[in-house]
Amino acid sequence: MARIELKDVVKRYGSVEVLRDIDLDIEDGEFIVLVGPSGCGKSTLLRMIAGLEPITSGDFLIDGERMNDVRPRDRDIAMVFQSYALYPHMDVARNMGFSMEIRKDPSNERTSRVKQAAETLGLTSLTERLPKALSGGQRQRVAMGRAIIRDPRAFLFDEPLSNLDASLRVEMRLEIARLHQKLGATMIYVTHDQVEALTLADRIVVLNGGDIQQVGSPLDLYERPANKFVAQFIGSPTMNIIPVQGKSNGVKLADGALLELPHLFGTIDAVELGIRPEHIDVVEVGDLVGVADVVEHLGSDTNLYLQVEGLGPLMVREHGNIPVQPGDRVGLRIQSENVHLFGPDGNALRCHTNEAAA
Amino acid sequence: MAIAQSRPLLAIGKYAALLGYLTFALFPLYWLLKIAITPDQLIFTEGTQLWPSSLTLDNFRTVLFQTDFLAYFGNSLYVSLGTAAATTLIAAGAGYAFSRFDFGGKRIIIAVMLITQMFPLLMIIAPIYKIVASLGMLNSLTSLIVVYTAFNIPFATFLMQSFFDGIPKDLEEAAMMDGCSRFQALRKVIFPLTLPGLGATLGFVFTAAWSELLFALMLISKNEAMTFPVGLLTFVSKFSVDWGQMMAAGVLALIPSCLFFIFIQRYLVQGLTSGAVKG
Repeated sequence: MARIELKDVVKRYGSVEVLRDIDLDIEDGEFIVLVGPSGCGKSTLLRMIAGLEPITSGDFLIDGERMNDVRPRDRDIAMVFQSYALYPHMDVARNMGFSMEIRKDPSNERTSRVKQAAETLGLTSLTERLPKALSGGQRQRVAMGRAIIRDPRAFLFDEPLSNLDASLRVEMRLEIARLHQKLGATMIYVTHDQVEALTLADRIVVLNGGDIQQVGSPLDLYERPANKFVAQFIGSPTMNIIPVQGKSNGVKLADGALLELPHLFGTIDAVELGIRPEHIDVVEVGDLVGVADVVEHLGSDTNLYLQVEGLGPLMVREHGNIPVQPGDRVGLRIQSENVHLFGPDGNALRCHTNEAAA
Repeated sequence: MAIAQSRPLLAIGKYAALLGYLTFALFPLYWLLKIAITPDQLIFTEGTQLWPSSLTLDNFRTVLFQTDFLAYFGNSLYVSLGTAAATTLIAAGAGYAFSRFDFGGKRIIIAVMLITQMFPLLMIIAPIYKIVASLGMLNSLTSLIVVYTAFNIPFATFLMQSFFDGIPKDLEEAAMMDGCSRFQALRKVIFPLTLPGLGATLGFVFTAAWSELLFALMLISKNEAMTFPVGLLTFVSKFSVDWGQMMAAGVLALIPSCLFFIFIQRYLVQGLTSGAVKG
């Protein structure tokens, strides 16, 4: 069990700065997800915590103790690799018990821990197999078994589910969530999949281009994105971004219509408006008129890809099944209480009265 | 199999091509064996017949008991095993370093190692002779081991490097997360997975040293230090060539190579690393 702190951590390869001023305080038992597009530095950050990658500058602390120069083996952290990294010449039981073998723990204790972990993960009948005789999901389980066997201070996961097929991914996601509930251990999880991030995390850290964009609970990020990047990265389908002109009582859309936002102030600074597809209603007569381009009927939802005159493309998600065909003209109403406004620098304008007060 | 069934002609063609190649490759070996067991007086009279009308093991008996062949054989074994062991050990270390670490001068060292492979041996044989002579190491088997090792290291290093490159880095990192030092990770995880590579390198270097003639001829002149390829030339006298005995000696010389490859072939089996990563 551990509290992990990163203070002004920087990573440079030569003159290339891949991570800048990373400040992060991870509570004991917290499930943190690092998310971002590929190349954002999230895996590098994880490997720095693991000790596989040196930290250029800044401090990395576990339970208040500086760990920058401590070898991976002495950090007492377990890691599950994207590739699983199972030892191909060892059977499942030895793979799982390898860390205890290295630490020279008594063999009867090792056997019982392996047995226990195998039961937890449903691997009991497979303990004598070699990794090559296992399916992808089973390998994934063995990799997790190897991590939980030794009761480490923290768990690191590097995109552990990205090699699994969709249904198995959902299953293993649940398993990881259960594991976290059961062990109550500090876990740091890297993914580029926002669904994994939103479902697993206590807090999400959104990274882009080597900078932390925002840290917050899944709902925080969804409801109050700090900037345009987070707004578009979190939430599926992606948020619509519409260029606007800020006015004192609302924003003026490109087609000339004024969207009144009387509950907001400071709207004068807005240059873009963000609205999630699920926050646009299809109505008889609305603020906007769009022509349906593509209609996707998902059963539970209907996705409409529309062309709005003077505004360009817009995506709308309606709950349930609505009878719209491609080519139909539909009226649209933007839910003004769910509007996000962004300033010229791409940062969100905090113009809700309650936020300003807080 | 489905393809073979639907296109029998193609399958037959494939096997015919294989058969043709095997015949081409193995016929000299067959001829070696045939002459070795042909009585001396029939070698020229039945010259081109595929199978001699009578067989004899006299040639083998003469080679084994009336010549210094066994001594040559022992010398060759000593030199080849020594070279294979020394080269593989050094090449494994160097290959691992090239595969896993970034260090100053890495590219230059690789370039220099490549350059050493560019020169024809004939060009450097005189300087090598001078060096060995001035060290007083002529007619010693150790000098052969040193020279062979030096010449085989570059290629063996590249061979080993490619084997290490084929072992995912994740495995070492996983071992280090599991509590290994880098050396423990190497010994417990990487080494067992490199056995095929070590086997291939050992086999390659052993065969190269076993059949090397040029340096052995230059650096060894005393009969008691001759390796087998040099010794083979003693069957050539001023007035005649003792074909039967020479071929019998050749057949005997194949035995260690064959045994060596039978011994290492189980390590050469591919797919040992499968199942390590992904699926």
